[in-house]
Amino acid sequence: MVKTLTELKPEESGTVIEIRGGQGLVNRLNAMGVIPGKKITKVSSMFMRGPVTVQVNRTMLAVGFGMARKIIVEIDREAQ
Amino acid sequence: MKILLMGNPNVGKSVIFSRLTGVRVVSSNYPGTTVGFTSGFMKIDDEVAEVIDVPGAYTLEPTCEAEEIALRMLETGDVVIAVVDATNLERNLYLTLQLLERDVPVVIALNMWDDTKHRGVRIDVERLEGILGVPVIPTVALSGQGIKELVKSIPAAANSRISMNSRDERWAFVGKVVDQVQQITHRHHKWTERLEDASVKPRTGLIMAAAVLAASFYIVRFIGENLITYLFDPLFERLWLPVLMKLSNLAGGGGFLHDVVVGKLIAGEIHFVESFGLLSSGLYVPFAMVLPYIVSFYLILGILEDTGYLPRLAVLLDTAMHRLGLHGYAIIPTLLGLGCNVPAVLATRVLESKRERFIAATLVCIALPCVSAQAMIFGLVGKYGGGYVAIVYGTLFLVWIALGITLNHTLKGLSPELLIEIPPYRLPPWLTVLQKLFSRIRGFLIEAVPIILAAVLVINILFVMGIFDYIADFTAPVITGILGLPKEAVIAIIIGFLRKDAALGMLALSTLTVKQLVVGSVVLSMFFPCIATFVVLLRELGLKDLLRSVGIMIFLALIVGGALNIILPDFHIVR
Repeated sequence: MVKTLTELKPEESGTVIEIRGGQGLVNRLNAMGVIPGKKITKVSSMFMRGPVTVQVNRTMLAVGFGMARKIIVEIDREAQ
Repeated sequence: MKILLMGNPNVGKSVIFSRLTGVRVVSSNYPGTTVGFTSGFMKIDDEVAEVIDVPGAYTLEPTCEAEEIALRMLETGDVVIAVVDATNLERNLYLTLQLLERDVPVVIALNMWDDTKHRGVRIDVERLEGILGVPVIPTVALSGQGIKELVKSIPAAANSRISMNSRDERWAFVGKVVDQVQQITHRHHKWTERLEDASVKPRTGLIMAAAVLAASFYIVRFIGENLITYLFDPLFERLWLPVLMKLSNLAGGGGFLHDVVVGKLIAGEIHFVESFGLLSSGLYVPFAMVLPYIVSFYLILGILEDTGYLPRLAVLLDTAMHRLGLHGYAIIPTLLGLGCNVPAVLATRVLESKRERFIAATLVCIALPCVSAQAMIFGLVGKYGGGYVAIVYGTLFLVWIALGITLNHTLKGLSPELLIEIPPYRLPPWLTVLQKLFSRIRGFLIEAVPIILAAVLVINILFVMGIFDYIADFTAPVITGILGLPKEAVIAIIIGFLRKDAALGMLALSTLTVKQLVVGSVVLSMFFPCIATFVVLLRELGLKDLLRSVGIMIFLALIVGGALNIILPDFHIVR
């Protein structure tokens, strides 16, 4: 199942399949380790469209709501 | 020889830097920018080498100003020490790989080595060395472990023969390396990791944030007050006062020179705040009123900075800060602004857009009293009761929110979004915390003391020449008519342009009611920032935006001061 990062529930994890953004955003996310093929786990999200916190590899990142909506994730099968 | 320390943010680069260089460290800005870096010296085999702590970067394909600077500084180095967080090898290796592709000898410091054990990470160092072709030294900067070996390995720094064609190829290579050298064993979550997660979850996070901020505030006050009561006040009262009294007697107890140097006698006594002489108020205000809070504020701020808590605060407050036209990371300039507006305005550089920087800088300058101003507010208003201090802070807080919301609605554009790394919690590295504290204290003493002394001197001279009376009469309709302050208070506002602490000290000169002290404190906090802030504001915003900011400042200070004058009751406490 494919979801955006904002639609993931806390503790749910999946694989990044696409970043639907401009080159600038892709660059910034890549440098911090968010690249297609990587496993990503949502830690939490703040209410009222606040930032989404995720774990990629061993890095914890906070991503603004709008950006998080552009990160497309395939949910892990075994977790379902 | 020039040695560059490079690596991702939050990998302990600065701690390694302090280990290598010791005390004589210089912080400066990269020419033409406000990206700061520190440099120092170390000895390798009797040769002195310059060591530079390059701003943290995730990539050499710059995505922000700090990374551009890092790239430019890389051109000037003879050797690079690539500092790598051993617990986060994969992401760190990406930058390392980019460094290895360059034509510069590299040594890798595999830092936070002690953390790998309890995080279940095992790294085959020899194999990593073999693959990358450069020395790899495990280090624990906090304890100093591995630093000697690191220094010894610098002459062995090597050019790696790795070359990559694209980002994808680089990531693929990183993945392969990690598979070969790293083993991760599953283990149960440690309590610090639970705490790490809890502090970014909405409910638990906000409770923790409230607790951390409240605790910080009380500790700052506790340390500050106790330093004053048990150290600085006794020093001035018991040791310095007798000396001054002798000097006063020698000078005949009065006259122009006496009043400038020692200060006016009040009922035959020297009063450290009100006498306003060079050797009385000129020393007492910076050393006994402000310095104690500089020490306590920057100690706590340094600890908050180095434990990794601030990014969590940024995440929690992001939604709220968006209402003010900012994003969560603006909490960093905001907290800095409670110390000194100068670094706060400089720190607005971490914000991406011009609009955000304007809002953040304007908010800092108008609504955030620096620690100098706060110390004086506590000193002057606090002695009549905490309630009055609360009125001052409450008013400034409301101004902060109202102004932010207004600017957000009137200025064109949207506030950009947050994207930050949240580092794991770490025990603060005491060595760096103390070094940072000392350099901040030294900065305050070097900058503030001469200006305060000059201000006291100029005030005394202008006072005698009668120029103040002329100005005071001229501005009386505004100062007395709108703000309800005695007309002489305009002098304090003018002095506020030099320094806030000297200005608030002026309020002690005239006989003010408590209500007037409250109004005066608010107006002085909001009015013109001190000259140092003014200069950086001009540099950061440009003349046009500076004038806009100043316009808002004057307008709001008068409106809010006038409103307080009308709303507040007379409190019926006369000094």
